[in-house]
Amino acid sequence: MLKVHRDICGYCGCCVSVCKEGALELIDAYLEVGPGCTDCGVCAKACPVGALEVERE
Amino acid sequence: MKKHYNLLMIGGGPAGAIAARTAAKAGLSACIVEKRPAIGAPVRCAEGIGMESLAEFVKPDPCFISAEMQRAALVAPDGTTMILDSQSSGGKVGYVLDRKVFDRELVWQAAEAGSDVAVKTRASAPIIKDGKVRGATLEFCGTKTDVTADVVIAADGVESKFSKWCGIDTTVPLREIMSSAQYIVTDIDIDPHCTVFCLGNEVAPQGYLWVFPKGDRTANVGIGISGLKSGTGHRAKDYLDRYMASKFPNGKTIEWIVGGVSVCRPLACTVGDGLIIAGDAARVVDPLTGGGIYNAMYTGDLAAKVAIDAIEKGDTSKNALMPYDMQWRQSKMGKTIERNYHIKEYMINLTDAKMNAIIQTASSINLKEFSTLQLVKELIKRDPKLIFELAILKDLIT
Repeated sequence: MLKVHRDICGYCGCCVSVCKEGALELIDAYLEVGPGCTDCGVCAKACPVGALEVERE
Repeated sequence: MKKHYNLLMIGGGPAGAIAARTAAKAGLSACIVEKRPAIGAPVRCAEGIGMESLAEFVKPDPCFISAEMQRAALVAPDGTTMILDSQSSGGKVGYVLDRKVFDRELVWQAAEAGSDVAVKTRASAPIIKDGKVRGATLEFCGTKTDVTADVVIAADGVESKFSKWCGIDTTVPLREIMSSAQYIVTDIDIDPHCTVFCLGNEVAPQGYLWVFPKGDRTANVGIGISGLKSGTGHRAKDYLDRYMASKFPNGKTIEWIVGGVSVCRPLACTVGDGLIIAGDAARVVDPLTGGGIYNAMYTGDLAAKVAIDAIEKGDTSKNALMPYDMQWRQSKMGKTIERNYHIKEYMINLTDAKMNAIIQTASSINLKEFSTLQLVKELIKRDPKLIFELAILKDLIT
């Protein structure tokens, strides 16, 4: 599942723009991961600071 | 806040503010909805804009201009620097803005013209009836309110969620998102009137690194790299930190900024029934420069004008709003986006050696005008071998 490292996240919305599923939403300074997330990892790659990580179970 | 507006703007950036100002000045009811608690903050921008571009929509005012630019420097991977000077506009070519103040000024102008403004208010869903956008559900401190509108203008920036909820795919391809980071750095030695653009696959893969002065010893130092080139250990922030350590080791960072900039083609269609998409949300950022302030103001203004006309005629269907889509595509802005998209696609495939060769050739050119178009034309003139490679560009600029 997608993990948001909130101490790193700059809540810029870069990840939101590349999410095909529309699963991410930025609510002011809080990045919300919705149920539509498929763990594709595109957002984690695009993040300018490395705040997103797909954790494999 | 009213229950119904002629125009409802989702987003309080330049696109939403100018749309609201244009609508309110024409006597229509308008409301800007901004999800952040403050207009203009946090900044997601390198803040550069051309002098004439700015003046088209707002009177330049020192209160929101951080610095005036007179020239630009293009730095090749090997360090070769080419200076682009302006000899035709009294030495001034552009500005580096203070977006926090600038965005507030635009919203203030909209408010003064009669528009309502709601901050810390988030559009959480569109109101759709019979397949037509009729407004939005707004959330403020846990309270939901439905507000209807004749036309909704989606000006919600790079995230572009509102249009997505309306069924329009606004996803930016990974390779065409500029994953970006920027510091406002102070106490550094810079040319305070020169914007610097550094190119190279080691410096900023498929993007560029910039130094945009904001004062005598202060600048926006930032970088955008392709999302495709971003990853653990080689993200925008990593490249920027490396540059800072080598160029400005003693600079003091007074602001930490991150963001995403789309450099894809604009959306295939920027209108829907009762809906117009403007600014970054419509993906109308200049794909070569990443500049989006003017394009946001231009599309915001045009969106309001077309909406006003449609409302007067009592038809706000997709067909009735289509003139917006057609007009911006045929405009100078639309044509520049298309041309610069091709130039960008050419540039991102260049090797460092090729970039060095081009900039070495170009640095011997004394450009009278500060423009990409002139530069490419001159390049073709100087380096006959380039003609083959720039053939695709030649067709676009002649």
